[in-house]
Amino acid sequence: MDETINLVLFSGTDDKLQAAAVMTAGAAALGKPVNVFLQYWALRSFSKAEINADHGLAAEAGESGRASVDALAKAGQASWAETFRQAKELGEVDIQACSLSMDVLGLEDEDLDPLVDGVEGVTAFYLNAGDGRIIFI
Amino acid sequence: MTQAADATVDARGLNCPMPIVKTAQAVKGLTSGQILEVLATDPGSVKDFAAWSKSTGNELVEQTVDGGVYRFVMRKK
Repeated sequence: MDETINLVLFSGTDDKLQAAAVMTAGAAALGKPVNVFLQYWALRSFSKAEINADHGLAAEAGESGRASVDALAKAGQASWAETFRQAKELGEVDIQACSLSMDVLGLEDEDLDPLVDGVEGVTAFYLNAGDGRIIFI
Repeated sequence: MTQAADATVDARGLNCPMPIVKTAQAVKGLTSGQILEVLATDPGSVKDFAAWSKSTGNELVEQTVDGGVYRFVMRKK
């Protein structure tokens, strides 16, 4: 009876992806199924080529934001990719790439990091979301 | 009165969501009625554990704090 939590990720900066990873892990820890839909720059950050790269922070972070984020990373906080992996181990987490964004970015299935479970369109995403909440990051 | 734990999770130094994530992982490995002890330093974990306990039905048996270290004792439902 647990409603799905559905995250649509658009932004690919490390801070927003970390926020998304925390939301996903939290839901997984509560036993809520999570569907993640990767669009645009979020999808780009999940490609094999980019997954370990530094994606920077949202412009609003500024220098002090960068310092705060670096301090936390130094203190041992896991990367967003690692947090997503842990979330997947913990619960039902399905990560799908938006097929339109795949076209926009010129990506093929094999270009995606194993964290991504497949490619689908927005219709399938809505179907899987059902009555659950949809959150856009 | 301190319960003897069947398993312990040391989440000291870890930030949200890791204390809960590690706890949920550890609980999976327990059988019903077993006791899990979690140590955490993240102050946010107090509310998180109360919420997680309420949501999952795993009872929060005991909660103490000592010098910045929180100790949560949970019983798997």
